[in-house]
Amino acid sequence: MFTRIVWLVLRKDLMVEIRSLEIAYTTIFFAVSCVLVFAFALVQEGRAPTDGAAGILWIAIAFSGTLALGRTFERERQAETLKALLLAPAARPAIYVGKLLGIIGLMAVTEIVLVPLVSLFFQAPFFTRPLWLAAVLLSGTIGFAAVGTLFAAMLVRARTRDVLLPVLLYPITVPVIIAGVRATAALLQPDLDAGIIQFWVALLVCFDVVFVTLALWTFEPVMTD
Amino acid sequence: MNPAPSDFEDLRVEDVSRHFGRRRAVSHVTFHAPRGSIVGLLGPNGAGKSTILSMLATLLRPSTGRILYGQCDSVVHGAALRGSIGVLGHDLFLYPELTARENLEFFAGLYALKQPGASADAALERAGLAHRAADPVSSFSRGMRQRVALERALIHDPRLLLLDEPFTGLDESSAARLLARLDSLRKQGTIVVLATHDLDLAEGLFDRAIFLRDGRMASAADRPASLRAMYREVMTHAHAAAAQGTEG
Repeated sequence: MFTRIVWLVLRKDLMVEIRSLEIAYTTIFFAVSCVLVFAFALVQEGRAPTDGAAGILWIAIAFSGTLALGRTFERERQAETLKALLLAPAARPAIYVGKLLGIIGLMAVTEIVLVPLVSLFFQAPFFTRPLWLAAVLLSGTIGFAAVGTLFAAMLVRARTRDVLLPVLLYPITVPVIIAGVRATAALLQPDLDAGIIQFWVALLVCFDVVFVTLALWTFEPVMTD
Repeated sequence: MNPAPSDFEDLRVEDVSRHFGRRRAVSHVTFHAPRGSIVGLLGPNGAGKSTILSMLATLLRPSTGRILYGQCDSVVHGAALRGSIGVLGHDLFLYPELTARENLEFFAGLYALKQPGASADAALERAGLAHRAADPVSSFSRGMRQRVALERALIHDPRLLLLDEPFTGLDESSAARLLARLDSLRKQGTIVVLATHDLDLAEGLFDRAIFLRDGRMASAADRPASLRAMYREVMTHAHAAAAQGTEG
């Protein structure tokens, strides 16, 4: 039952997005603009600042992810369809997981565009260790989206939701961003220290477990009244 | 043994109040709705109609008082009761990017119906929109959307149907169609609670009318003969009483 509801919500979100492509286009456009602004500002005479790529990649992921979170729930607010989801006898944590997977998918698509772009502009050899890179990006994205999905759902009825979402989201996801930046920076070193990357990835997985568990636990009471 | 929450025979609202911070949205409202009855919630904007509907839908908890679905309290059995409640809000709860069939199939799945596709097709037949099943809801007129939304609210054959301003934006034929559907639901034994401003369309529809003002029950009447005249009289009295209270 739980997985069926997760699948229903995820499939519905994907169908709506494939029909409109509204969030994918705006998120990718925003992420690309963000990288371009950094490239114009920081790349001087074709030389990128050393160790800047990791930070810029994660800033672009965090900013575009916030935009995707806001737009995803704005869509549910416009026709009050979130209320319809909550009125169903379905387990509310399953609804949360369905929404979370949809946002992770959207952020993953954005990252597929972002990584080569940052690699190109900032001469960062991201693709020398693709499996490690995928592990860092996936674990970081899950942690960021887990907190963001909960907050975006909580704020959907607040008038100042667009302002409140980043104000609440960024302080809580600072550990995810730091771990993501550190792990990505370690990946870009000429001599790979697998121990360091393992440490940061393990930390990110711990954050994921804690944040997802907390969100599953709190989603039902938070959305009830 | 307690009956299953979905098997309730009547709905009882007992001295229910709801506060948002210091603001009182609903105050000491009491009414009873047996199976096969249509109850009207009538009152001006801000009278508390939508708040009462949200509490009946288990989306809000009463601050005081209780709502009983048969023997089951909404606070205790909220999640189990949701499978027996259908809601048609002022917003239609439909995804405009999806087709009518996809919308209905999605909600049939959420309500764990065994054959969501077949349920969606049957609902489209009842709505008279089988020929538009594959069209996105965004291409529908307000009346057509309302018909799909009503079938969405009824797709799981709920015992209790809650309607918030269901006549808004409907032309004469769509409104007549909705009234006929409500009458057939009454005959099937569904409890219908309907909030509306449209007294002309609701004339003769209600088995019980609850008149609300400022969150309080101003009056109630069984099968009111002339709804508009009664509404005017009740609201004039309530207004005079409120003015007297303020002066006092």
